[in-house]
Amino acid sequence: MDISVIIESLPDFFKGTVLTIQLTAISVAIGFCLAILLSIMRVSKNPFVWMPVYGFNFYFRGTPLLVQLFLIYYGSGQFQDFLSTVGLWQYFREAYFCAVLTLTLNTAAYASEIFRGGIQGVSFGEVEAARACGMSGVKLYRRIIMPAALRIAWPAYTNEVVFLLQASSLVSIITLMDITGVARVEAAQTFAFYELFLFAAFIYLVLVYGVIFLFRKVEQRITAHLVHEAK
Amino acid sequence: MFNLEGYGHLLLEGAKLTILVGLFSMVIALALGMVAALCKLSKIWILDFGAGVYTTVVRGVPELVLILLVYYGGPTLIQDASGFFGYDVYVDLNPFVAGSMTIGFIYGAFATEVFRGAFMAVSRGQIEAARACGMGSVMAFRRIQLPQMWRFAIPGLGNIWMVLIKATALISVIQLPELMRNADVAARAIRKPFTCYFVASLLYLLITILSLVFQQWAEKRASRGVRRE
Repeated sequence: MDISVIIESLPDFFKGTVLTIQLTAISVAIGFCLAILLSIMRVSKNPFVWMPVYGFNFYFRGTPLLVQLFLIYYGSGQFQDFLSTVGLWQYFREAYFCAVLTLTLNTAAYASEIFRGGIQGVSFGEVEAARACGMSGVKLYRRIIMPAALRIAWPAYTNEVVFLLQASSLVSIITLMDITGVARVEAAQTFAFYELFLFAAFIYLVLVYGVIFLFRKVEQRITAHLVHEAK
Repeated sequence: MFNLEGYGHLLLEGAKLTILVGLFSMVIALALGMVAALCKLSKIWILDFGAGVYTTVVRGVPELVLILLVYYGGPTLIQDASGFFGYDVYVDLNPFVAGSMTIGFIYGAFATEVFRGAFMAVSRGQIEAARACGMGSVMAFRRIQLPQMWRFAIPGLGNIWMVLIKATALISVIQLPELMRNADVAARAIRKPFTCYFVASLLYLLITILSLVFQQWAEKRASRGVRRE
């Protein structure tokens, strides 16, 4: 066990950790908003609204994230001329942009199915009462359905965020220097394979249980009024 | 479209290896999951604790890091350890073995929770009745708990299989010529990355759809002895 290799690469690992957190946080934030929208479309009765979302979710949940990442990062090269004319090529050329885009779309697909379960789990009495009070459409969703659905879906959504944090390690394959990327590059230079990968694994472990702790706190907060009922 | 300028068969070959490596990993995951679940349910604290550490640690680390750790770190670790004891052992891991063992090891942790829940879902009265009929604890486990547990375990195991088969794409990183890797090779050769990766993604989708159909059949079969209201 060669500890000095780890100590020497600590600054790089710190930068890698920042990148991992950054990628995950941005994707979770955009993915969350997108998922809310998609989940509402998903429970629509109009087939022209729910079927495209169903197809999107089925594709993104049924194929490996690595394929999606390569499809967007390398695959966009096949449409370079088109993307250049529309002025998007400068974005698709960047690994960072492609990574965020892929992670966002992926988490939006998984999270929207989780939120759909939450929406369908909202008791009909609440919706009926809100309608009786004169709420409908956006107001009904904003005030009654979504808050209740999010409370139901929160534990499952916590899992999804943890998966996304771990899945973000794939961006190292498209040259980004996140935690895994740093470990790979350092290992290739120093041949201290297991020390560096074990250390990377340790950082992820801390991050994962940190995220779980944070989301439990939020869960306690948003379900604080239900604690007495449970007892 | 599927010919891919002669590279279509390469993708099909890859898909075959993907399924094979998936099945191999699943068998390892099931075996490990079963053992760890029994450890978690046992009254011997050290077994319970060990299984707890296994599931906690493995579920907190990305698959890719573990694959790299086993494939690149494993041989050097064994070399260093054997060097420490005065031996000189040289190990070269095969990507298929390293990949499927790692994936199996990871999803064994998820299978543990599924099996644990399923064992606990078999009603306590059944086991008490078996014991009252004079069966020992091992026999009661084998004849009563084990066969009935599957009905509760199949939906969870189906989910694990679905995630596992997609995770095998990561083994392409250590150069196993499975679907993802071969799509990569084809993409470079004919310079149509989008087409190649898209066809690969459709093949993964096909595997997912077939698995869903099989899962529904298995669920139906496992619960055929259960009366429905």
